[in-house]
Amino acid sequence: MLSPTILAPAILNGVLTGAVYALVALGLTLIYGVLHIINFAHGALLTATMFAAFFAHRLLGLDPYLAALVLTPLFFVLGYGLQRFVIGPAAHGDDRNVLLVTLGLAVVIENALLYAFRADTRTLNLGYAFDVVDFGIAFLAVPRVVAFGVALVVALLLWLILSLTDTGKAIRAVAKERLGAELSGIDVAHIFAVTFGLGTACLAVAACLLIPTYYVNPHVGNAFVLVAFTIVVLGGMGSVTGALLGGLFVGVVESLCGLYLGESLGQIGIFVMFILVLLFRPTGLFGARA
Amino acid sequence: MSHGSGWITRRRLLRTTGLGAAAAATGLVSAPAALRAQGSAVKLGVLHPVSGALSYSGQQGRLGATIAIEEVNAAGGIKALGGAKIEPVLGDAQSTPEGGNAEVEKMNAAGVAAIVGGYASSICLTASQTAARYDLPYLVDVGVADNIVTRGLKNTFRFGPGFGVIAKTALDNLVTINDQAGKPAKTVMIVNEDSLFGSGLAKLLNAQLPERGFHVLETIPHPTPTRDFNNVVLKIKAQNPDLVIPANYYNEYVLLARTMQQQRVRPKGIYSVLGGAASSYKFVKEFPEAAQYIMDCNHWFDPRNPKALALKKKVDDCGEFYTYEVYMNYSCVLLLADALERAASAERPKIIAALESSMFSEQVMPYGPTKFVNGQNQGAAPVNTQVLGNDIQVIFPQAFATAKPVFPVPRA
Amino acid sequence: MSRPSTTQIFLVIAVLATVPLLTASNVVLNFLIVALLIALAGQGWNVLGGYGGQYSFGHAAFFGTGAYLTAILQTRYGVNAWGAFALGIMGGALIGAAIGAVTFRSGLRGSYFALVTLAFAEVLRILASVAPITGAGVGILIPLDLRPQAFQFQSRAPFYWIVLALVAGSLIIVHRIEQSRFGAWLVAVRENEDAASALGVDATRIKVAATAISAAITAAAGGFYAQYFLFIDSGIAFGPWISIEALLAPIVGGIGTAFGPLLGAFVVKALGELAKLATGDAPGLDLVIYGSVLVLIVAFAPRGIVGLLADLRSRIERLRSSVLQRAHG
Repeated sequence: MLSPTILAPAILNGVLTGAVYALVALGLTLIYGVLHIINFAHGALLTATMFAAFFAHRLLGLDPYLAALVLTPLFFVLGYGLQRFVIGPAAHGDDRNVLLVTLGLAVVIENALLYAFRADTRTLNLGYAFDVVDFGIAFLAVPRVVAFGVALVVALLLWLILSLTDTGKAIRAVAKERLGAELSGIDVAHIFAVTFGLGTACLAVAACLLIPTYYVNPHVGNAFVLVAFTIVVLGGMGSVTGALLGGLFVGVVESLCGLYLGESLGQIGIFVMFILVLLFRPTGLFGARA
Repeated sequence: MSHGSGWITRRRLLRTTGLGAAAAATGLVSAPAALRAQGSAVKLGVLHPVSGALSYSGQQGRLGATIAIEEVNAAGGIKALGGAKIEPVLGDAQSTPEGGNAEVEKMNAAGVAAIVGGYASSICLTASQTAARYDLPYLVDVGVADNIVTRGLKNTFRFGPGFGVIAKTALDNLVTINDQAGKPAKTVMIVNEDSLFGSGLAKLLNAQLPERGFHVLETIPHPTPTRDFNNVVLKIKAQNPDLVIPANYYNEYVLLARTMQQQRVRPKGIYSVLGGAASSYKFVKEFPEAAQYIMDCNHWFDPRNPKALALKKKVDDCGEFYTYEVYMNYSCVLLLADALERAASAERPKIIAALESSMFSEQVMPYGPTKFVNGQNQGAAPVNTQVLGNDIQVIFPQAFATAKPVFPVPRA
Repeated sequence: MSRPSTTQIFLVIAVLATVPLLTASNVVLNFLIVALLIALAGQGWNVLGGYGGQYSFGHAAFFGTGAYLTAILQTRYGVNAWGAFALGIMGGALIGAAIGAVTFRSGLRGSYFALVTLAFAEVLRILASVAPITGAGVGILIPLDLRPQAFQFQSRAPFYWIVLALVAGSLIIVHRIEQSRFGAWLVAVRENEDAASALGVDATRIKVAATAISAAITAAAGGFYAQYFLFIDSGIAFGPWISIEALLAPIVGGIGTAFGPLLGAFVVKALGELAKLATGDAPGLDLVIYGSVLVLIVAFAPRGIVGLLADLRSRIERLRSSVLQRAHG
């Protein structure tokens, strides 16, 4: 199947899919890089954001791309609150406890959604969902091209925030050296919460980009979590550029492995690559030396 | 007068309860007598995965079972047991075999006369096995794995078809439909989900399709969940089969169909076998363009049966979709009620014996005469449906058909 | 309490062993069997995670190895069930040693180690879902054969005693570790690997050995699962559910303690059942309560149940000594 008629579109598909993966991974990598916690609740939070995007359209008639403008700040606040008032206090600063707390949260969120909204799979049938852009070698679905563009923009925005704003610098300081940052007068609990909020905000954007072509039910977020973890490690934990490049890379690898090995066995490509990177270059393929 | 007003109150009460409706319907004048003739209730275990990954199907299954129980009770309960009501004991299998197993133990301890449900083959396998320890009759609602009924367990019964029968029927019907259309289809691609039902089906199809004159270009397994079907559709586009045969669950089916529409891939026909969304009102309602002309060989109700249509209306009125889990569970409960009547007993061995010799005919499924051999209903069969004009019609077999097949798909 | 003596272990097991003699309720027995199964898997995790300080997110890899070997050897190669079970444990140990060797030799620690174990478990799951020998998607059904020789029993009680014996075995192993030099080295590596290395401890070798032992214990749980439920597929054998259960029990119960996994497994399972009882038939609601209580447990008992009990004990001690002081003074 080396024919370019299949290979080129497959690579393009991988890049487009990878962009959305990157967005999901961005939140995770920030949270890991700064709080040093593996956020088990990330999948459930993605599910929650997707429900929000769905209902924004169903109840308020908001197109998902517009809804993103509302949902992003909303989920930033929710994420901030979650870390500041639930996860932080419950964990008493112990890493292993954070693990359990996020795990418990994941169960609570997913099942609260199940209880509230039942198990039906819901989809939006938007007019533009089936429009395609003809790239000559491939038909690319409009929503996926938009998702790619927006993901790049969000990654750039995040990078700018981290590099140029005071809060961003504080975040980077805490990530590098928590005690030192605290001694310098930085409110670490606040920074942790801001970081978590940013991570959740990224999920809100990802959800709005996914919902035109995907579906939502109480378990939908779980499908993206493992891939997101892979990308976080590949890209270097805590690196925004790493998460973006890692996401695109993983998308392409997944696509090509799926093509050559079949969709089922192809999934193995991501994990084998993950293992190899961890064994030989644990700081990540694209990340900074951590 | 206090006595008079009490009587009036009771009469008003009777009219608003199901019991009252039944009393009114059967012309029973002596309301107090109807109230008295309750008999002790017969407990029925209703086991479904209502939480976890399979929760939608589990909830639909529970819906079908509980509606059937209400109807049986409203019609006077089990008359052979003095009008005893069926009392449901609901259980959540939590989409895992251990969950199902634990619920069976609890239901047994609660003294149920039988258990209905399970949905997933893996849950049905372990749950029916546990039930066998107690000679507890277990009626499989959906679970299609053939080995559910080949273990020699006397307590396990399946009213619906297993996938051996489904695959064979699907192939037979495909050949007939293809012949009738002048044999436009020769090449096939199979897209199947990679767990029990999908891979089992793909194996059977791969063995039998060549014998029937079809050429399988490629079989594409995929996991559940699959996030993206673009590559799968790329392969389909590249090899341009006459026919695409999908066998997967609802979400993946929807993604596949939508992606095919996006990529402008239009084979001569999509002939799904146990397609997750191919014969789903939900899919047709939400994606009418992508759903048009899709054929399925799947569980379906008898479209000419008034009882089936009445149930459909009831479910539609509830705001739910009339999915196969609903009417298959409905049928199992009615089958059991019939067995209880014939056994005139709530004792497990007698119920098993009654099921073994059952000739249940008051059902809503397009099946042949009911006859259980080793727990499998020999009359069970799938039918072929096609989405035509925003509705799902039965196209095969003739006895149940409401429309003629449109094949090959007209070029848009 | 956190370092029990052989007598204490024996007493606990003896008390638990009497349960089938006190109740004929299969609901209770089944509940306890599943709880003990999780306790066993969790004790395996505890050896590496609690004593060794290396958190694994992929213990399903070992559970599934034990389960599949037990099932495959019986159904495809006609090996006796008990033999298959024993081979499953050995297979698990081998896989554990292999994964340990590969990862620790590369110097992976902490979260990196946790994630790589997750990846290994996923790789095995995907392979199992496509490989013909595991039945691929269809899974493996072990045929019903209710004879003790086939490791299947008509009644639940023998299953209970067997899993209890396995748990007892794991407790003894942990006890030996606690008392031995190996255990001391393991804890030293956990507390400060660099310092331990500097003192001459071969950290990698210790960690690999701990992984092998850990894997063997969890593999035993997998093999037992296969015999008890008689059906496995790739999601059941290698799925994230067992990786999570295996770490939940020891962390809730008291990480790095012998009884932690046992206590934790009971508490977590009981919690699930109570939540179900409290919420009736509404789907999902019981799990909302379960998750919330989990968060609360962590918030108020950060060192697990064992830690909580130890705190309680020391509080009672202090109370007693202050009362005595006042009585004398």
